[in-house]
Amino acid sequence: MSFKLPPLPYAYDALAPYMSKETLEFHHDKHHQAYVDNGSKAIAGTPYESLSLEEICKKAFTEKNAPIINNAGQHYNHIHFWQWMKKGGGGKKLPAKLQGMVDRDLGGYDKMRADFVNAGVTQFGSGWAWLAVKDGKLQVGKTPNGENPLMHGAKPILGVDVWEHSYYIDYRNARPKYLEAWFDNLVNWEYVEAMLEKV
Amino acid sequence: MNRRQTLKFLAGAAAFAGTATTIGRGAVAQAKPVFSLPPLGYPYEALEPHIDTATMNFHHKNHHNAFITNLNGLVEKYPDLATKTPEQIVSNLAAVPEAVRTPVRNNLGGHWNHTYFWELMTPGGAKAPAGDLKSAIDGTFGDFDKMRAAVKQAALTRFGSGWAWLAVKDKKLMIFNTPYQDTPHMDNAAMPVVGIDVWEHAYYLKHQYRRGDYVDAWWNTVNWDKAAANFKKAMA
Repeated sequence: MSFKLPPLPYAYDALAPYMSKETLEFHHDKHHQAYVDNGSKAIAGTPYESLSLEEICKKAFTEKNAPIINNAGQHYNHIHFWQWMKKGGGGKKLPAKLQGMVDRDLGGYDKMRADFVNAGVTQFGSGWAWLAVKDGKLQVGKTPNGENPLMHGAKPILGVDVWEHSYYIDYRNARPKYLEAWFDNLVNWEYVEAMLEKV
Repeated sequence: MNRRQTLKFLAGAAAFAGTATTIGRGAVAQAKPVFSLPPLGYPYEALEPHIDTATMNFHHKNHHNAFITNLNGLVEKYPDLATKTPEQIVSNLAAVPEAVRTPVRNNLGGHWNHTYFWELMTPGGAKAPAGDLKSAIDGTFGDFDKMRAAVKQAALTRFGSGWAWLAVKDKKLMIFNTPYQDTPHMDNAAMPVVGIDVWEHAYYLKHQYRRGDYVDAWWNTVNWDKAAANFKKAMA
């Protein structure tokens, strides 16, 4: 099995002004494509080829296989990143099950939002901020470069890319502004709920 | 004194401090921050067309300055920042208390790397290595082009944020990359000769995902007189 770039699930200009057409073109067509190409090369002819993408992520991390951690990790992260956003997303009204867990485990919406944004701001250099489920509990976290919560024994349900390529064209160095705009205007909470249902 | 009177009193004290500030005496000198952003030694547009003006502006005034702000906030927790040189500290991170080691590593590393980077680039200067540095490059890598190809490879294979270096360790030239804002002194215990920032903010406005094009363009800015001085210091 080699990796394939999924089409963007909306038009390139659908997320403007919070994420521009230009950013999505480079991010999807160039960055994600490079992870697909390099990841496919890295697993070709290895036992990884017969595994699911989630299994590949976990095995690569256990085996400290940097090229596969980086590229398969980023392939997984980006497949979901496109789905975690939608035109007219964001807002405080969460689906029922998610709302229950946010209240129970993360101190409610406002605290969850603040902690999630802070995780993104404090990830030094490239990486991701996450909402993930571990041992039945929802938690906020962050990972460097191409890593994701799967590699740390958790199931991601929401993630935001804080590599500079995700926001530099639209926000320059203002990562906090990007994260707040992203959270308030783009998050596709129905997709987050759907991932939570599968945990 | 009730709360309201206290606030009024404090406001009066602040006004008094303000007066002292305007005549430039007393507490003002003590309040001078330990770290300040070193000015660029050339105009922001001086490295065009190789490094664009907008990138230089954001990189120096925002990214580098963020390290300065953070360092000034760390001085109270780690007073050695005010008494030791940055190079002494990044060369012996194990001596930094664990509670502040990561912020010191990231912010002092970022400050050291960027100060070095601005000084290495110039609109003028020698365009190729000469003398002892040229001999060492030729002897170690074959020639100038082969050395540049190896540095480019190190730059392209640093996944995510970091730097690529030509450096000296045990009196020998070597090429490697470092993650985040790690300097060559840290895990590699080496002294740099040239170094290139490959964080995306260093090239995204002009080159976007094409990191290799940025590396190719960047070589045009390297001041080989400065690199020769770095080499001499590292070999001493």
